[in-house]
Amino acid sequence: MTKIKNLIYVAAGLAILVILWEAVVLTGRYEASLLPSPLDVLKAAVQLIKNGTLFSDIKVSLYRFIIGYSSAVTLAVILGLVLGRLTRTWKIIDPIVQVLRPVSPIAWFPFIVLWFGIGDMPAIVIIFIAAFYPVLLSTISAVKKVDEIYLKVARDFGIRKTNLLTRIIFPASFPYIANGLHIALGSAWVFLVAGEMVGAQSGLGYLIIDARNSLRSDMVLAGIIFIGISGLLLDRAIRFFEKRVEKRWGIVSREGI
Amino acid sequence: MFIQIKNVSKEYPDTNNNAVQVLKSIDLDIEAGEFICLLGPSGCGKTTLLNLIAGFEKVTSGEITINGKLAVEASSKHITIFQNYGLLPWRSVQKNVELGLETKDRSKSERKRIAGDFIELVGLKQYARHYPSQLSGGMQQRVAIARALAVDPEIIFMDEPFGALDAMTRINMQDEISNIWQKKKKTIIFVTHDIEEAVFLADRILVMSPNPGRIKSVIKVPIARKRDRTHPDFLKIRNKIFEEFEMKEKEKIEYYL
Ligand SMILES: Nc1ncnc2c1ncn2[C@@H]1O[C@H](COP(=O)(O)OP(=O)(O)OP(=O)(O)O)[C@@H](O)[C@H]1O
Ligand SMILES: [Mg+2]
Repeated sequence: MTKIKNLIYVAAGLAILVILWEAVVLTGRYEASLLPSPLDVLKAAVQLIKNGTLFSDIKVSLYRFIIGYSSAVTLAVILGLVLGRLTRTWKIIDPIVQVLRPVSPIAWFPFIVLWFGIGDMPAIVIIFIAAFYPVLLSTISAVKKVDEIYLKVARDFGIRKTNLLTRIIFPASFPYIANGLHIALGSAWVFLVAGEMVGAQSGLGYLIIDARNSLRSDMVLAGIIFIGISGLLLDRAIRFFEKRVEKRWGIVSREGI
Repeated sequence: MFIQIKNVSKEYPDTNNNAVQVLKSIDLDIEAGEFICLLGPSGCGKTTLLNLIAGFEKVTSGEITINGKLAVEASSKHITIFQNYGLLPWRSVQKNVELGLETKDRSKSERKRIAGDFIELVGLKQYARHYPSQLSGGMQQRVAIARALAVDPEIIFMDEPFGALDAMTRINMQDEISNIWQKKKKTIIFVTHDIEEAVFLADRILVMSPNPGRIKSVIKVPIARKRDRTHPDFLKIRNKIFEEFEMKEKEKIEYYL
């Protein structure tokens, strides 16, 4: 029941947006190239779907995204688990990270091109950078937050070193790491598009640049909508995963299990 | 003597870094297979004493030996059962009980079998695949007991293990731990501030008093098991302890225990 109600709200929100948009277009104060009408955008979207550009672009974008994101997550989680335990080492590295973290991944672009050339790599590296810091930092703080009792239990049963990391610390901090993965996913998706706008000849970001170059603002907007929808779907997917983890770890209330 | 505590004192720094004496000149011998209850008001150092014997903390002065060896390190020869159980929420009951077996060279099937036996012993056979968050407090405590027993320790430390349980469950668990102790003949050191619980379980009750924490008196409980909570002998000892805490007017009758 609530699901249907929520759907009604969503539909209402979208309808209002489209009506306002169409109303502004109908005033005739803006040219079609400045503000395409909803119908034009819909047509452009259908065209993108029909001629296959959309799907081939989504495919390359997802490919880059998955490579960049998963390598960032793997490295950041492993580093985070270790650095979270090595308090002194982390104190040395922390200031460096604090300086590098606020730098937009795009700022690295000149070096990225010099070091990695063009093609898929620049976008992958930019996604990597965008995802790396949030995952690293949330993993480190998750490790520091691990309940002392788990460490005591581990000591009691003689669980040490690698086993301690893999059997106790990683799973114990996992719900908080999962939260970091969620945040990183969002920011990485934002930078995927930016990365493809400056360095690529394909993908969703390139789709927009290409449409702009051919002065197709309807297609630019259609591209934006597709990027938003794909990002939303990814977010939902990881949120579903996050919820399941929290439930298993007993973080949410026990109802519904 | 199995466990020897010789003139042990423990100091902690307070917020101004002044040493506060938490335990003062504790002398105590414990025999193998004895059931000892530490009884005393909050803050008298029961947990601290337990942590010292279990090797989680270091003595400030004095000496604790187990089987002639200095107790300075946690070891799977002695397992602590914590008040909040210390179960790993990401592991099923089965996997929780297997935890301590994983670091010993045992095959997978052997681990499964041993864990299964102890899960059955505590009456949770049907729940082996459940997760801790799906169990009641009493059931979780049973899992913790099974997990401790599975590694076949010589000593089990229990720090107010039944403190969070309702009165009925608590009595059931007391019966159960008493049965298990009779079957397995482990040395058990059990912290409680429930007088009746101590009289029901212990061979000897160490009554502690605070500021600084000391052993005020040692009370033997020479009642055969299974003990009847309403038997005159039981009540006699219970009353004697009430008197120790000066919670009851001293009566004229002398008790010889
Ligand atoms: N790590 C510590 N640092 C400083 N003071 C401590 C520390 N651990 C315990 N204390 C102090 O030592 C005293 C005894 O603590 P302890 O936890 O052993 O008491 P307890 O008898 O177990 O009490 P309770 O029944 O409330 O669990 C308390 O005054 C406490 O504040
Ligand atoms: Mg305590």
